[in-house]
Amino acid sequence: MTSATISRGSLAAAPGTTLRKAKDRLATTVIYGCFLLALVPLVWLLWTVLSRGLAGILGSGWFTSSQRGVTYRESGGGALHAIVGTLQQVALCTVISVPIALLVAIYLVEYGRGPLARATTFMVDILTGIPSIVAALFIYAVFVTTLSGQRAGWLVSLALVMLMIPVVVRTTEEMLRLVPDELREASYALGVPKWKTIVKIVLPTAMSGIMTGIVLGVARVAGETAPLLVLVGYSPNDNNNLFSGPQGSLPGMIKDQFGNLGSTTILRGGQKVSVHYAADRMWAAALTLILLVMALNLLARLIASRSKVSS
Amino acid sequence: MSITTRTGVLAGLAAGAIALTGCGSSGTSADAGASPDGGSSSAGSSSAACASGSLKAEGSTAQKNAMEQWIKDFQATCSGTTITYNGTGSGAGVSNFIAKQADFAGSDSALDPANGEVAKAAAVCGSPALNLPMVTGPIAVAYKVNGVKDLVLTPKVITRIFLGKITTWNDPAIKALNANASLPSTPITVFYRSDSSGTTQNFEKYLAANDPAGFTSKPDKDSSKAGFAGQGKAGSQGVQQAIGSTEGGIGYVEWSFAVSGDLDTARVDNGAGPVELTADSAAAAVAAAKVASNGGKDLTLKLDYAARASGAYPIILVTYEIVCSKYADPKVGSLVKSFLTYTAGDGQAALQDLGYAPLPTEIQTQVKAAVESIS
Amino acid sequence: MPKETPMIDRTPADTAGPGRMAGPAVSDRPEPAPDPSGPALRVDRPVVVPVVGSSQPAGILPDQEPVFGAGSLGGRTGAGRFGDRVLAGLSSGAGAFLVLLIGLVTVFLVIRALPAITSDRSNFLTARTWDVGGDTLDFGVLPLLWVTVLISLVAMALAVPVAIGIALFISQYAPARVARPVAYVIDLLAAIPSIIYGVWGIAVLAPKIQPLADLLSRRAGWFPLFADHNVRGGTIFTGGVVLAVMILPIITAIGRDVFERTPRANIEAAWALGATRWEVIRLAVLPYGRPGLVSGAMLGLGRALGETIAITLILSKVSNTGAFSFSIFNGGETFASKIANNASEFNSPSQTGAYIAAGLVLFVLTFAVNAAARWVVNRRKEFS
Repeated sequence: MTSATISRGSLAAAPGTTLRKAKDRLATTVIYGCFLLALVPLVWLLWTVLSRGLAGILGSGWFTSSQRGVTYRESGGGALHAIVGTLQQVALCTVISVPIALLVAIYLVEYGRGPLARATTFMVDILTGIPSIVAALFIYAVFVTTLSGQRAGWLVSLALVMLMIPVVVRTTEEMLRLVPDELREASYALGVPKWKTIVKIVLPTAMSGIMTGIVLGVARVAGETAPLLVLVGYSPNDNNNLFSGPQGSLPGMIKDQFGNLGSTTILRGGQKVSVHYAADRMWAAALTLILLVMALNLLARLIASRSKVSS
Repeated sequence: MSITTRTGVLAGLAAGAIALTGCGSSGTSADAGASPDGGSSSAGSSSAACASGSLKAEGSTAQKNAMEQWIKDFQATCSGTTITYNGTGSGAGVSNFIAKQADFAGSDSALDPANGEVAKAAAVCGSPALNLPMVTGPIAVAYKVNGVKDLVLTPKVITRIFLGKITTWNDPAIKALNANASLPSTPITVFYRSDSSGTTQNFEKYLAANDPAGFTSKPDKDSSKAGFAGQGKAGSQGVQQAIGSTEGGIGYVEWSFAVSGDLDTARVDNGAGPVELTADSAAAAVAAAKVASNGGKDLTLKLDYAARASGAYPIILVTYEIVCSKYADPKVGSLVKSFLTYTAGDGQAALQDLGYAPLPTEIQTQVKAAVESIS
Repeated sequence: MPKETPMIDRTPADTAGPGRMAGPAVSDRPEPAPDPSGPALRVDRPVVVPVVGSSQPAGILPDQEPVFGAGSLGGRTGAGRFGDRVLAGLSSGAGAFLVLLIGLVTVFLVIRALPAITSDRSNFLTARTWDVGGDTLDFGVLPLLWVTVLISLVAMALAVPVAIGIALFISQYAPARVARPVAYVIDLLAAIPSIIYGVWGIAVLAPKIQPLADLLSRRAGWFPLFADHNVRGGTIFTGGVVLAVMILPIITAIGRDVFERTPRANIEAAWALGATRWEVIRLAVLPYGRPGLVSGAMLGLGRALGETIAITLILSKVSNTGAFSFSIFNGGETFASKIANNASEFNSPSQTGAYIAAGLVLFVLTFAVNAAARWVVNRRKEFS
């Protein structure tokens, strides 16, 4: 389609070459400008988190202790309880979401015809627009109100599934559509059954893009706060049971510390002293969360690059 | 790379994440919060008989900082206990108490019989639920005006400021109350809570009780229909930050946030002379409250916002603990009793540094008696 | 290569292997109907299964001759057919599951919202009051709708062009050693929790961009969009900028991936014709990536419309009693921030219903925008 447009005339010989060169330079400038412009908030934000959070995570006990018995008027305590909670909740969410999302994307791209496919596309569209708090209220209505369950970490995972699926489906769908049909046809031509073509050729070809989608999805849900407030109480204590009791999590910890974000004036030896322990812990928790997602991101990229199709 | 190993790696990754988190658990349940400069560590060692186990509580954000301190002190005394308190809001606290998701709730208002809350709570408990006043949080009218450290306001002037009818600090109405202050012509920026809050409701109740002609809306937790001028900010922390960073800013915020943000607070004159906000003046207002019980040991308080007692600071928020009088699980009951015995007793002394007022003696005695009856 | 089907016959044996990928395109993608009597080239042959095996890099088709034994042609009950049925069943099952899930969510929303909407004393869509605390409900979503749409538009207007620029920079301009770290840093932005965006936005960013807002409202304040409302910091403008930063990584990541996948042939063809770099992008890269880009933008928009906690922290609530404000330099509440601001104090079903009703409108809004985007993409596809 595009080659048809181009072949209308040889561009090199076309008149107005200088104008075209100028346009090219302009476009290059704009694109570099976009990049630099976008770097400003990125670097600014990352710097804010890094500069305010680094001292916290380097402090002793950050990765080995919890916030049990630490109030906003004192320093100390760690984030182990929150890291554990977040890892568990996100892991369960990923384990549920990814297979469903991949299957849905495969269905939409490779099989989907007729009303069910149209309905599914429609549903994915809707799912992208569900605010996290509505997803959380829905899960609460089903599992707590209707089934009289107790709130626990796994309910958060279920709410997060609803937020993660559309991200993964949408990206995977696009990536699968970009796999050249020639590949599929070549495979069919050799008599490879369709399912095998999808599993062995289409998916691996799109793997790096799919990984991007999964990473985006994980990043999307790992920092989500609203479901935590509704579906599991935040606990400053260690709780390694995803299925029972209040559980800490990094966004929960951020929210918890956020309540005392301002500098806190306390009396120390009769003197008014201004401290900001809660703020320090909040930024440190944010940095921890970013590092965590970064590590998962690296891992996913590693897997993607190792599984890349050598062509 | 084959597909089998690829999925293997993925599965391994997921399993690894879970296994990893599982490993992290060992030996961390000990008391990790060793604090170098903890506030008032008046952990009562004698009064509360220690029960063991864990409790889930949630509700009012207004009492969260008090709860945090109490939990820390109580857990330090009774090492086998774990209590969590989530500041998710009074409404969430009560509805989760009724949904059996919380062992007790913290709330800015007592259970509402009209709403059916009393009946529902009784049904869930299998016994009447009790409202126990536990934390008195005065509401400060905090401001930031350069050079003005002492400010007197009356309810009528406060109403007019918050409704945007007084727009500059040197307005004659303010000047009349503060003859000696050098009030600038800075515009007034009003800050209020954008999120639903018992603090908003109690502040509006105060305005409505004292100036029914000026403040005509029905007091509500949601600030939407009050018609406040200025800007709504999320959470006490948001209001605190906004006032602190805006020259000419004024807003209502729990005293604890005014204290921690080092904000100036106005003296309020209900008709019996200006009253400064202190723990004593707040306690004096609570002492004047009447107990309007729902029956039994229940201790719902009825506050008189229009009282003209001298030395009593009138803008008061009393937060309750809502508990079952008899718990289905006796272990939960004894732990609730043990914890609340501490908070109603020695715990009250820890409050003042945090910007709360202790319960007046007479009410404290009644609360203690009610806690004693929990089983 | 054995010559069994006409399709295979066309391909010379020596091009089997990697070269085939760039080989002559078959014009029409075979519609792989579940119908067993499909196109002739779909030969079901169980024997193939072990050969396209795990040791071989996927995508490179094996050329061992004995595989295509004529005797296996008739095999209709092989693993291939079974596998096809399994995968087709699983994937359509997943699709059906999603349909069911959203169906349930919709039912939940409608059941909770309907009583509130029907007992609303004002017009639900056009009223500007919000009074749901008492016995009677009197509420409307117009201000919420306006602020939600406006803040998302500000975010999209800022984020989409910049995201396309970065995606092009990473995929077409930057050398790999620059592109990879940049892509990585941008991915990282997606990992920052929204509450941190909120804190950063109101405490760090807002004071810094206030002068720009002041300048705009001073110079262009006559224009309703830029009118000054004495709100400093917590404006729709600030919220929009923060949202733009939040959705930038989503759009960029997807844009980058689709641009990188532009077939080399298309790009090389353009180069060969003497196109400048920009022309290559305009003629080959952008058209190829457009549907993906629209998808990415829609994901970003979905995030912007539904973003809760950052917006709650940033936006100042303002009274809705005065004249209707069109300005981006005013505060307000979005659907999501309205729900979040009040979720902690839901204490009656009718009150909750009013907020859920607001959520329902957001739901419909998101869907409408997405449907429109799909329609645009599909239409363009037909014409190109």
